[in-house]
Amino acid sequence: MALRNASLSVNKGEILAIIGPSGAGKTTLLRLVNLLIQPTSGLILFNDVNTSGDDKHQRSLRRQMSLVLQYPALFDTTVFNNVALGLKIRGCPETVIKEKVDNMLAVVGLSGFEKRMVKTLSGGEAQRIALARALVTEPKLLLLDEPTSNLDPKNVSIIEDIVRAANTKSQVTVVLATHNLNQAKRLAQRVAFILDGEIVEEGASKEIFEQPKDERTATYVDGRMIY
Amino acid sequence: MIYLGGWEEIGFGLFRALQLIFSGDPEVLRITLISLRVSGTATLLGAAIGIPVGASIALRRFPARTLLISVINTLMGLPPVVVGLFLYLMLSNFGPMGFLRLLYTPEAMVLAQLVLVAPITAGVTLSAVSNVDARLKEMAVSLGADPLQEVRIILREARLGLLTAVIVGFGSAISEVGAIMMVGGNLLGYTRALTTAIVLLTNQGAFTEAIALGIILLGLAFAINILLTYLQLRTKAGLFAAETERHHPVT
Repeated sequence: MALRNASLSVNKGEILAIIGPSGAGKTTLLRLVNLLIQPTSGLILFNDVNTSGDDKHQRSLRRQMSLVLQYPALFDTTVFNNVALGLKIRGCPETVIKEKVDNMLAVVGLSGFEKRMVKTLSGGEAQRIALARALVTEPKLLLLDEPTSNLDPKNVSIIEDIVRAANTKSQVTVVLATHNLNQAKRLAQRVAFILDGEIVEEGASKEIFEQPKDERTATYVDGRMIY
Repeated sequence: MIYLGGWEEIGFGLFRALQLIFSGDPEVLRITLISLRVSGTATLLGAAIGIPVGASIALRRFPARTLLISVINTLMGLPPVVVGLFLYLMLSNFGPMGFLRLLYTPEAMVLAQLVLVAPITAGVTLSAVSNVDARLKEMAVSLGADPLQEVRIILREARLGLLTAVIVGFGSAISEVGAIMMVGGNLLGYTRALTTAIVLLTNQGAFTEAIALGIILLGLAFAINILLTYLQLRTKAGLFAAETERHHPVT
């Protein structure tokens, strides 16, 4: 899905929800921010730094972010190895990796799962491991792409609590792409509505959900939009 | 007298095989070792060439990619006798590589098997690496992997397929006869391998001995496949565990 007129800013330390129907361009937007794809035109700034440049430059910026997908995208190995991977890529010493992974598994409530193969995990556990892998590198920006859309209410709640804690305690900036409006209301301070690759409206969460300026936003948040 | 077709030969062959194995027959041992050395070397060299080639084609996009994949798929089905004939002409005294004096040497046999094994290893590797979930490839990049780390992560994810590539390559090498017969010459104690010995014994009507060597060949292939399969299963849990990623600091 191509994006156009996608001018959007995220403030440090906030949770921004990008809402919109399936196929609106939410995932494309996150992949652009994560520098996995390049814009054909326009500019992406990260901490006021232009993200365009060579691989090395982009990799150094990418290492300050983390991405969690709707599908956990875990590697076929143990829980420990999955959570540790980002740290190993960054060349952290083994002792530091062990300590950080242990701490992060405790944060996501999966201490003792280190030696489990990921194939033996439930969907909720797997997504919590994906979140642990994303957070253990202490990213400045956490990108979440429909992270709970396949999960039961209990795991949704657990994931949301972890994200909220990372945001409040560690000041991790979060961009959450979701079509779950209630989740956006629960988590986000600001919300952007995207439709057909265009940012239709952005503003404070209360404003978007209670007093949207654009008719299309109103139609969507009221559940009247047919797509 | 009851005629049992070929079954009595097979029965005698089995008995003779056990006899040869347990008596430690020096000739059989020599032939077996030549087979192992030639096929083992060809498999290793085939893996050293085929795995990087297959992985590179799977991971990169370039203009002639489809053509190259078609070439590899075609080479996977190379007729051994054609390879043997081609190498024979190349290595003969009058051939362009005749100065190497490799004809009728174990090295020529390795070369012949390598020509057959490398495309098979490359083809199976290509398939295994291509089948790694694209989302995992993207996740490796998202986690900050540099190109080298990305390749290593993906290869580890495809490790079972890579071992399969080695197993298939070895199977192809150890069972090959046409090409090594032509370039090796089947010289006793020097280039006579299990397969070429079987052909010779069959031509001489020594079916019992031929079957015995066939059973030894099968047993050998089975034992090595068991070892490789065991490795496959054992490494299943070993991803990333054995080593620390190299440091690739980004300044």
